[in-house]
Amino acid sequence: MNIFVCIKQVPDTETKITPNGDGTYIETSSIKWIMNPYDEFAVEQALLTKQANSGSTVTVVRVGGVKDTEALRTALAMGADDAILVESDDNLDSFMTAKALKGAIEKSGKSADVIFTGKQAIDDDCLQVPQLLAGMLNIPSVSVVVGCEEASGAFTLKREVEGGALEVYEVKSPALIACNKGLNTPRYASLPGIMKAKRKPLAQHSLADVGVSDADRRVKYSNFQLPPEKPAGKKFEAMDEAVQASVVAEVVGLLRNEAKVI
Amino acid sequence: MVNFDLSSEQKEIKEMAMKFAKNEMMPKAGEFDESGKMPMDILTKAWELGLVNTCIPPEFGGTGFSTLDSMIITEALAYGCLGMNTTLMANDLALLPIALGGNDEQKKRFLTPFTESYKIASFCLTEPGNGSDAAGLKTTIKEDGDHYVINGQKMWITNAGYADLFVIYCTTDPALKHKGISCIVLDDKNVAGLEIGAKEKKMGHRSSDTRAVTFTNVRIPKENLIGNLGDGWNLAKMTLDHSRPMVAASAVGGAQCALDHAVKYAKERVQFNKPIAGHQAIQLMVADMAMKVEASRLLVYKAAWLLDQGKSNTELASYAKAFAADKFMEVATDAVQIFGGYGYSSEYPVEKIMRDAKLIQIYEGTSQIQRLVIAKEIFSRS
Ligand SMILES: Cc1cc2nc3c(=O)[nH]c(=O)nc-3n(C[C@H](O)[C@H](O)[C@H](O)COP(=O)(O)OP(=O)(O)OC[C@H]3O[C@@H](n4cnc5c(N)ncnc54)[C@H](O)[C@@H]3O)c2cc1C
Repeated sequence: MNIFVCIKQVPDTETKITPNGDGTYIETSSIKWIMNPYDEFAVEQALLTKQANSGSTVTVVRVGGVKDTEALRTALAMGADDAILVESDDNLDSFMTAKALKGAIEKSGKSADVIFTGKQAIDDDCLQVPQLLAGMLNIPSVSVVVGCEEASGAFTLKREVEGGALEVYEVKSPALIACNKGLNTPRYASLPGIMKAKRKPLAQHSLADVGVSDADRRVKYSNFQLPPEKPAGKKFEAMDEAVQASVVAEVVGLLRNEAKVI
Repeated sequence: MVNFDLSSEQKEIKEMAMKFAKNEMMPKAGEFDESGKMPMDILTKAWELGLVNTCIPPEFGGTGFSTLDSMIITEALAYGCLGMNTTLMANDLALLPIALGGNDEQKKRFLTPFTESYKIASFCLTEPGNGSDAAGLKTTIKEDGDHYVINGQKMWITNAGYADLFVIYCTTDPALKHKGISCIVLDDKNVAGLEIGAKEKKMGHRSSDTRAVTFTNVRIPKENLIGNLGDGWNLAKMTLDHSRPMVAASAVGGAQCALDHAVKYAKERVQFNKPIAGHQAIQLMVADMAMKVEASRLLVYKAAWLLDQGKSNTELASYAKAFAADKFMEVATDAVQIFGGYGYSSEYPVEKIMRDAKLIQIYEGTSQIQRLVIAKEIFSRS
């Protein structure tokens, strides 16, 4: 089975984010990058699928900046066989990203039997790339997957819906599966794995190599801003029983008219 | 030229080991400190990921890490839990004399099994009457046909209750001092005459297993002797050149952890209407702590780097061990201070770290003994 995993590198959740000078993106120079946490579930599921199907290969694909390639190396150290990096800015829109992923997969010369992705990236939270990619490849996709069983190229997938209920889908390969937390427990990259990863192939392409140009851009980012600072909380003095009734009325009034939460 | 950058591979190793420390060790550190039990699941998992026995060469199934790599790993594991790290580090301490001085047959027989499943080893040097004065040890070794016979008692032996393999320092004649010492491997824990004492109750590193070990006419095949009779002292010294920087690395990990806890707490704790991080007295304390951690780390790296360059590091190893251990004790004490009353409570993590720090100034040569080693090196030069 030719198994592909699409992974994104995102800022570490503890990183302080600031907009860049002209507001077109965030300042990336001081960011510590990590593999998008949902993509870890995708890598793990790909490796489990490989283990259950001897002769399978796992190829990880990433579109993004080249300064750090941590996420790809981590995936290789976890056990993926080879990696493809499409060099680009980190601020592509979802459409361009999906098109670049499609181009990279096609360029690999292997036809994808299954593609695993995370259900969303925790930086921009767009939740679009998996569905766009499946659409472009004209293959079925299921997202928010928390259960995945495979038997001779057919996948039984459980996905979470509102209220904690589960939907069950049967899809035939080739398919795209977008993974959610709870699907599995991602393994650690072992130290021997880290040593071995150095010798695994990593192909590098430009956006042009995979057929993407600026004309493909659908969304232009122009004004990244930090959320406004939260105003300080209000304190009410109500130790004195005599004032309590009026303080309660005041608080209720503010909650209703100012905070508009009741 | 000096280069302070870790390689990309070393960064990955560090990242992975820290992830393991934070996700697997830290959440359980308090629980095992309290129960004093060996966290076998966590230890085994660390072994599965290649974090243990870093001294085993690749020819015998090991990972082939440099000394510096193993410092990076130890620092991370100690960040997770000093006690668990002692258990893991004691394996390296015991296996090093074999890796450094054993012949190929011995390396294959003793080291390779440690790469096939999680096994535990003990390094038996200290005796009830001989700690700092290790060369005065009294456990004897006598030839008897194709065996050696061992008699004597060892004290404070880490891992003894669980060990599959014991590396024993013993002497043909205590009067010979250094020259009489030999190093032999016991790989049969069921051998007649081996008696393992009760687990010691300790101030810190409580999940690690520390016991007395008594040998009464214990027979060990001659092919288990590392090197020749009388090579033991040299082997012990070579081992300590590797293991002292490693212990120092554990001090760096513990100190970094204490510092990180203190910084986080100082930002959250409000007194006199501002976070205590806004009070200059706290800032000065934190700045001192950070300097101590970084200076310790650099000494550790240099002591390890010298070995990787094939150079003598005895003096630097003692700098690193004494400095990092003493600074760790100070940093841990200050971390408790910054936490105030909460720091004194076992509900918060720094109290354990302070108890754990104390041992680093004692084992593998006390801070005083390190200074004696350093002074001896200095005065032997002129
Ligand atoms: C938890 C734990 C685990 C251990 N694990 C192991 C192990 O796995 N294997 C092993 O072999 N040993 C182990 N040890 C033993 C440890 O290495 C010794 O405790 C240490 O070397 C000190 O020896 P001692 O306890 O006999 O103290 P002593 O040597 O009696 O020292 C007492 C004090 O006197 C000072 N002192 C001694 N001589 C001098 C001098 N010449 N000048 C100035 N000051 C001096 C010391 O610095 C110390 O402050 C362990 C100890 C502990 C507590």
